[in-house]
Amino acid sequence: MKNWIHFFVVVSTLLLTTPLQANINVFACEPEWTSLVNELAGERVTTYTATTAYQDPHHIEARPSLIAKIRQADLLVCTGGELESGWLPVLLRQASNANILPGKTGNFEAAAMVDRLGIPVAADRSMGDIHAAGNPHVHLDPRRIQIIAKALYQRLSEIDAEGAAYYQQRFDDFNQRWQAAILNWQRQAAGLKGKRIVVHHRDWVYLFNWLGIEIAGALEPKPGLPASAGHLVSLKQNLAKQSASMIVHTPYQSTRAAKRLAQITNTPVVELPYTVGGSDQVNNLFELFSVTIEKLKGAL
Amino acid sequence: MRKNYLAFNTLASVCLFSASAVAQQTTFNPNISLTLDGRYGQYSNATDYELPGFMLGGEASRTEQGFTLGHTELSMSSNIDDMLYGKFTVAIAEHEGETEVELEEAYIETLAIGNGMTVKAGRFFSDIGYLNKQHPHAWNFMDAPLVYRALFGDQLIDDGLQFSWLAPTDTYFKVGIEAMRGERFPAGGAANDGNGAFTIFAKFGGDVGVSHAWQLGFSHWNADIEDRESGGHDHGGASEVPSYTGESSITGVDMVWKWAPKGNNREQSFSLQAEYFVRDEDGEVVLEGSSPLEQTSYNGEQTGWYLQGVYQFMPRWRVGYRYDRLDADNQGSDADVLAEAGLDNEGHTPEQSTMMIDYSHSEYSRVRLQVNKDDSYEDSDTLIFLQYIVSMGAHGAHRF
Repeated sequence: MKNWIHFFVVVSTLLLTTPLQANINVFACEPEWTSLVNELAGERVTTYTATTAYQDPHHIEARPSLIAKIRQADLLVCTGGELESGWLPVLLRQASNANILPGKTGNFEAAAMVDRLGIPVAADRSMGDIHAAGNPHVHLDPRRIQIIAKALYQRLSEIDAEGAAYYQQRFDDFNQRWQAAILNWQRQAAGLKGKRIVVHHRDWVYLFNWLGIEIAGALEPKPGLPASAGHLVSLKQNLAKQSASMIVHTPYQSTRAAKRLAQITNTPVVELPYTVGGSDQVNNLFELFSVTIEKLKGAL
Repeated sequence: MRKNYLAFNTLASVCLFSASAVAQQTTFNPNISLTLDGRYGQYSNATDYELPGFMLGGEASRTEQGFTLGHTELSMSSNIDDMLYGKFTVAIAEHEGETEVELEEAYIETLAIGNGMTVKAGRFFSDIGYLNKQHPHAWNFMDAPLVYRALFGDQLIDDGLQFSWLAPTDTYFKVGIEAMRGERFPAGGAANDGNGAFTIFAKFGGDVGVSHAWQLGFSHWNADIEDRESGGHDHGGASEVPSYTGESSITGVDMVWKWAPKGNNREQSFSLQAEYFVRDEDGEVVLEGSSPLEQTSYNGEQTGWYLQGVYQFMPRWRVGYRYDRLDADNQGSDADVLAEAGLDNEGHTPEQSTMMIDYSHSEYSRVRLQVNKDDSYEDSDTLIFLQYIVSMGAHGAHRF
């Protein structure tokens, strides 16, 4: 017992006397936010990403390693909008890190910064795993990324006031390049307008909304439920009336249902990167959209 | 609906660049969740249950045969203010024809002391072991392993205070202590003016690559026990209830290893889990209701462990196997009294093999078939269970 108390005292003293570094620990729930933080904060921050492009951000376990990392975070950058509701609240309660609790400066929820699509009129579990706060996959609309980037650089400046000028300069630079990229992408994607695409899950609502693509159906009969044989048959019947250009899915989703539907409807299947790291060519947000548009066009 | 959707899209596009951020959804209602658990059980023999060498208490018994309900759990939780979180859970269970309401959890917990420190107060599941903290409906098998049944009466729940500290290291390291009332099994009597039991625990954990995660825990519990009664043997009407007074300590080690390809547990996953506990007791056993009063000194060492693997071989489907074993070595001045108190192991080492397969249509519902090859007492038995568990309301937590 005495030993423990001694141990606590030593460790707390160490904690309190550690010199203040400009280095901010950022815990990003998803890779897209790590990439955005890197654009805005460069060397001033150290980032840790809780998930990869090969993991479903709805279904993460509150692993010990995540608790240990979130314990040390100065800033949390997550999608929010209930996307992480199965694991983030558990992490926050376990970590006892006062800086990053909801409502604190250190808690940045990207989806709360933008308008969300698909807010249900009524939420009932018979409709599947829907989010009362609307579709949370906001990062697939570059215009929303732009709004989020602005809010995020301001937040970084609040947390690390000394770096404010640095963040401002990096944001201005990013914003300029991003604005130009958006115009460029919109030009490249003009041919996708009005196309009909089958999705696995409604991850693509924002991308399609931006590019004017229509969702021709979802492999999941209800959000969060795997495709059933019966549902594929009804999809096939719908597609027979009005065909779709392709079927898309993320790297973390099973390709089984997509391949099956492709077989019975003769529609190509495309794996889109979904987020940074979702394919070898996608190492940042710019490449995420370039590659996504390239792949969509390639399948037409 | 489609029309509405399109209209909404248009609206959203129009106001897309409005500068103001959308406020987070807030509600002042607590998160409410309700878990329903129904079972059908079939046994080969229906004799009274016992675990030779162990004084049983708490909820240590088998599910009854035929159609039964497991724990129906109603839970409410919420942040109380910026400093506190609170949780309340009642379990409603049927026991020998009576409906019993048990307060399982009623605690407050600090959110924002910071520096990794957390204080919890009230009634809660102790942090001893790995399985103890999980709600029964989150277990991978329908029933608790024998070692939990024997030593904790299924689960160690008590009233008290917990302090824990999480180290600021990349490897997960958490230590904590609990001071508890010690009235409920496996303690008893709320000794030392209602301050009768203590727990100390340490947990380590981390990832190995992106596909593997592990946790290792050590825990120790001890209590001063006054008159801990346990289910006795009936002797033709004259009921004698064994009662224990003395020292008791339980020391355990637990480990969990989980695997999912690329850390994506939607398609496939595997978990391996094992716990080992040893209990030492030193005191006196009295057969209350006996005349003249029968008693014996009692010095016991009881050990138990289980090892289980659960494999999710495709989305929604899991199979699992568990092996259980107990061993009791009890000494006392009067062997007959020990035997009447259930502390004679009758030359038997209880063991059990369990297999299960379950199907989860969604995150919120599960159906399970389980077969136990039960050699936990001298009448070997095969138990077959069919169970459903569903949860309604607040989204459950994906705990490790």
